[in-house]
Amino acid sequence: MIPTLVAISVITFVIIQLPPGDYLSTYIAELQSQGENVDIEKIEALRAQYGLDRPMIEQYGLWVLGMLQGDFGFSFEYQLPVSEVVGDRLFLTLVLNFATIVFIWIIAFPIGIYSATHQYSLGDYGLTFIGFIGLATPNFLLALVLLYLANVWFGTSIGGLMDPEYIGQPWSTNKIISVIEHLWVPVVVIGTSGTAGMIRRLRANMLDELQKQYFVTAKAKGLHPLRALLKYPLRASLNPFIADIGNMLPQIVSGSAIVSMVLSLPTTGPMLISALQSQDMYLAGSFLIFLALLTVVGMFLSDIALAYLDPRIRLGGSAEK
Amino acid sequence: MTTKHFVNKAPFDPNATERLTPEQERYYMATQWQLMWWKLKRHKLAMISGAVLAFMYLSVILSEFLAPYALTTRNTNFIYAPPQTINFFHDGEFRGPFVYGLKYQLNMTNLKREYQEDKQSIQRIRFFCEGEPYKFWGHVAASTHLFCPSANGTLFLLGTDRLGRDVLSRIIYGTRISLTVGLLGIIFSFIIGITIGGLAGYFGGWVDNLSQRAIEIIRSFPELPLWMALSASLPVTWSPILIYFGITIILGMLDWTGLARAVRSKLLSLREEDFALAAQLMGAKPQRIIVRHLLPSFTSHLIASATLSIPSMILGETALSFLGLGLRPPITSWGVLLTEAQNMNAVELYPWIMTPVIPVIIVVLAFNFFGDGLRDAADPYR
Repeated sequence: MIPTLVAISVITFVIIQLPPGDYLSTYIAELQSQGENVDIEKIEALRAQYGLDRPMIEQYGLWVLGMLQGDFGFSFEYQLPVSEVVGDRLFLTLVLNFATIVFIWIIAFPIGIYSATHQYSLGDYGLTFIGFIGLATPNFLLALVLLYLANVWFGTSIGGLMDPEYIGQPWSTNKIISVIEHLWVPVVVIGTSGTAGMIRRLRANMLDELQKQYFVTAKAKGLHPLRALLKYPLRASLNPFIADIGNMLPQIVSGSAIVSMVLSLPTTGPMLISALQSQDMYLAGSFLIFLALLTVVGMFLSDIALAYLDPRIRLGGSAEK
Repeated sequence: MTTKHFVNKAPFDPNATERLTPEQERYYMATQWQLMWWKLKRHKLAMISGAVLAFMYLSVILSEFLAPYALTTRNTNFIYAPPQTINFFHDGEFRGPFVYGLKYQLNMTNLKREYQEDKQSIQRIRFFCEGEPYKFWGHVAASTHLFCPSANGTLFLLGTDRLGRDVLSRIIYGTRISLTVGLLGIIFSFIIGITIGGLAGYFGGWVDNLSQRAIEIIRSFPELPLWMALSASLPVTWSPILIYFGITIILGMLDWTGLARAVRSKLLSLREEDFALAAQLMGAKPQRIIVRHLLPSFTSHLIASATLSIPSMILGETALSFLGLGLRPPITSWGVLLTEAQNMNAVELYPWIMTPVIPVIIVVLAFNFFGDGLRDAADPYR
């Protein structure tokens, strides 16, 4: 995990350095185009302060060291330290992604079991078809369509993550309730494709287990079908729920980034795009690192959880041939 | 007493005990690709999707001919005109496919543009007609269209946008860009994927280790933010066509990992086969062994998985362009068209500017179904 994180930080740094020039040169050009005087001395002072005149490797080292100490650099656009600009966006992103995973679990679980136990029934076909559409519809388009329908049918905007009066307010019980009320729209939109994929995998796994002899024996011995189902095949086919978090996370994080732009949620997505456009490198870099960190740590946790839950899986030891 | 030694005079036929019917013989002698085709033909949904895709790609070649208007024609008298419906009967009398003319009126109380059908003016649609002149693929001058509005009439089957440009024509032109982005991107990712996967699988050892770690790191990055960051770093000074190639390369650059993994795992098992050893002993170079002996064993599988990853590229381009980080006008893709739909107030008043969503969903679904069918057909164990 640590080498991965180091590699990711290098890649992120290279990417945010890729555009020619830096924020300050853009800033100078902007000032000049407006006919304003540019105070060269001030610019040079800024450049020295943020180490923009030093070699790349040194800049990278400063950036990483700063991050480890909780200093994420300075946002040129907002003229504030990044940690202050970001505010609770990181936290809300975390909440949104976590809620999406929980949503996927809650929805995929019963549907997957139903589809597997009623294979080739009308319900199975119907749910599979809906799942296919969920898999194929890009979630930002779904968000657009939902926004439009909500506007036409209910005359309300479903965008945002809380009622307007709570924006910028300190956290309170009412604010939390308001967030929860607004959360479901983006969660459903982001979760559809993941849910569809999860249902397909759970169904396939269950079908494998249902044909195994231990299940047939259990039923033949007179165990109640529901109990037999819950006791054996279900437990064996639960693995993908944990193991798939690793596969799902990058998808969900990507999805939430673009959906939150469409629905204008106060998460990392919309700010990331504006930071990228204005070359606000520290801000963009922090967001990229945060999003990557989210997936890497999530994968790591899911690996550990899997090893804990499934005795067949061992971390560290090498496979015997 | 000796029995006479019996000799059958008829010529010996080794297949006498098991005679093959012509169908069986045809089946046993069929090449791998024929077998795949027969299997695919049984998969109805995949065949339909394949036909849809073939039709779409055909339209890519003929965009100028199919679109009634040019990409940038502005009908300044018809801004945000609603879709015109095709009618066949007027007052119970058959008049062929026609549309009613549009009457424009500015509502002075809310300043909304209002259009009404003018039941008096019947504008018959012409087919294979001379319309707006265009340059076919930017070179051959022509003016024949599949269908065009009647003289001095209008034909906006999907309405017009904020500059009075015909949405249907723009979607048809957008198809050209959106579909080729996926194709070029997959070619690019195919080349990287096969090269890296091939090297890793054939040589193993540290090459394998290094590439596996690289793949792991790339896969743990959330795709879209990375795409966004990379395309934001394309220089502003580039021409739109360079940006187009830049975007396809960016899309391909992150997509090769799955392919490389598939190639690697297949090669790891295939290189132990006797025919690979034989080729090696006869002095074939690694490149020849990989390309001529090992790759053909699973090309079909690779093609199927490539088909399944084209839609994600099309979606990626659509998302990037939608956010304004991807292609730039005058290059027009479905995503570029959808940027207009970012303004919810406009969408609410003029919902037809959201219609580019429909081809996106159709293409993605069709690629998924077709790829699924192809994968099943390529799998010899089903």
